Amino acid sequence: MSSLARRRTVDVTMKAISTGFALISLCALAWILLTLLQKGLPALGLNVFTEVTLPPGQNGGLLNAIIGTLIQVGGAVLLGTPIGVMAGTFLAEAGRGSKFAGAVRFVNDILLSAPSILIGLFVYQMLVVPFGGYSGFAGIVALAIIVMPVVVRTTEDMLALVPSSLREAAFALGAPMWKVIVFVTWRAASNGIVTGLLLALARAAGETAPLLFTSLGNNGWSTDLSQPMASLPLAINTFAGSSFDDQVSLAWAGALLITVGVLALNILTRFALAPKK
Amino acid sequence: MSSISTPAIAVNSLSAAPGEAARAKLKVSNLDFFYGDKHALKKINLDMGERRVTAMIGPSGCGKSTLLRVLNRMYDLYPGQRAEGQVLLDGYNILAGDMDPAVLRSRIGMVFQKPTPFPMSIYDNIAFGVRLHERIGKADMDERVEWCLSKAALWGEVKDRLTSSALGLSGGQQQRLCIARTIAVKPEVVLLDEPTSALDPISTAKIEELIDELKRDFTIVIVTHNMQQAARCADVTAFFYLGDLIEVGPTDKMFTTPTDGRTHDYITGRFG
Repeated sequence: MSSLARRRTVDVTMKAISTGFALISLCALAWILLTLLQKGLPALGLNVFTEVTLPPGQNGGLLNAIIGTLIQVGGAVLLGTPIGVMAGTFLAEAGRGSKFAGAVRFVNDILLSAPSILIGLFVYQMLVVPFGGYSGFAGIVALAIIVMPVVVRTTEDMLALVPSSLREAAFALGAPMWKVIVFVTWRAASNGIVTGLLLALARAAGETAPLLFTSLGNNGWSTDLSQPMASLPLAINTFAGSSFDDQVSLAWAGALLITVGVLALNILTRFALAPKK
Repeated sequence: MSSISTPAIAVNSLSAAPGEAARAKLKVSNLDFFYGDKHALKKINLDMGERRVTAMIGPSGCGKSTLLRVLNRMYDLYPGQRAEGQVLLDGYNILAGDMDPAVLRSRIGMVFQKPTPFPMSIYDNIAFGVRLHERIGKADMDERVEWCLSKAALWGEVKDRLTSSALGLSGGQQQRLCIARTIAVKPEVVLLDEPTSALDPISTAKIEELIDELKRDFTIVIVTHNMQQAARCADVTAFFYLGDLIEVGPTDKMFTTPTDGRTHDYITGRFG
C-alpha cells in the first residue's frame, strides 16, 4: 500500500518537474517571438520591401539585404547540398565500417561544431585575400561550409534508419548498389533528408559571422556575385546598435523577416511532404 | 518417451510422392560458412529438387537462414562473411568468382521475413525489378504486372489502386506483393525466409496456398520456424542444428519416422 502510494507520488512529481521545465523552455521561445512581433511588425512598412538601405532619416528599406540573403542562402544550399548528401550517402552506404569513413565522420563532426567566425576567416584567407576583394560568392562559399556538415550528418542518420532488409530486398532483385541507393534508400529517407536541408538552410539564413569578412555587406543595390553583397543578418548587425530609431526598427523588421521566412519554409515543406492518401 | 513415431502434425498429402525423385536444381556440396571467425555452417551437403518445395527447419541460430543467404550470395554485401565449398545451380558453381551476383539474383529470388515494400507505387514495386533485367514497353510491363500479381493472388485486391503507395497495403498484402515482385523477374528459384512469421493466420494460409501454386513453376526453398508449415508445404524437409545438417528426407518421413533422435526431439517440441 505505502509502496504503491510512494510510486504514485514519485510518478506525479516527475511528471510535474518535466512538464514545468518544458514550459520554461517554451516560455523562452514565446518571449522571443513575442518581442520580435512587437518590435518587428510596426517596423514592417512597404518601404522595407521597396527601398534599399539608406542613411538614417531617409526612410530606407531592406530590399538589397532581402535579395542578398536569398541569393547567398540559395547559393549556399545549391552548393552544399549535393556535396553533403553524397558524402552522407558514402558514410551510410558505401563506406560503412571503413576507417576512411570513420575519419570523414570525425572531421565532419568537428566542422559541425566549428565556430562560424572561423569559417568566415578561412574563406577570407582562401577567396577574399587572393582575389583582392569581398564578394557575394565568398559569402556563398562560407555559408555552404555551414550547410554541408549539417546535411552530411542528417543524411547519414536518416539513411541509417532505413532498415537493412529494404536494401537487401532491392539487392535480392539483382539491383546494383547505385540503383538501390537512388531508387530505394534515398526515397525511403527522403523526408528526413529534406528536413535536414531545412535545418541547414535555417542555420545559414541566420548566420552573421561567416559573412562579416566574406560578403561584407553593401548599402547599395547589387546582385553581382563578384562584389560585396548585403544580407539580412549583416543589416541587423549594423543597424541594431544604431543610435537612429528608424535603423533600429529596420533591424527588428529584418529579424522578423528571417524568422517568418524560415518558419514559412518549414510549414510549406511539412505540407508538401505529408503522406498522401 | 519411448514412442518415436507419429508426432501430431498433419502432412501435406499433395506433396510429391517420396519415391518420385526430382532433378536437383540446386546442389550444395561441402559448404562451410563463416561469420568472421564463427563457423556457422559445417560441411553441408544438400540437394534441392527442381519444382519442389524444400523446407529448412531448426532452432534459432542453427544456420538455416545463413544457408538461404548463401544461395543468392546475399552474404556478399557484408565484409567478413565467407563461404567455402560449392553450390551448383544447374551444375554451375554460383560461389565461383566469375558469377555476377546481380545475374544470380535474377535467377534466384528472395522474399524476406518482414514485408519489404519499396516506398513507391504498387506498380513501380514490380516494374523496378523487371526493369533491372529487361527492357520492355508499357503494354508488356502492364501485362507482366497483372501476371505476377495474379500469380501472387493479389490482383483482385489491388487492380484498382496500382498507382497508390505500396506502403498503404496490409502486412499480408505487402508480403504477397513482395512475392509478386520476386516472381516478376522470372527467376528459377524462389527463396522464402520465414515468409509468414510476421503475418496473421489468414494471411499465412493464403501464402501457404500460394507456395503450392508456385511450385508448378519455381523451385522453392523455405526457411520456417513453424513446423506445421513445413509439414503442410514442403516435399522435402531438412533439419539443421548448430550449423550441421542433421537429417534430410521426404517431409512425411521426417515428421513421422525421423532417424535421428535430435530431429525427433525438435519436431515433438522437446527443444528449440
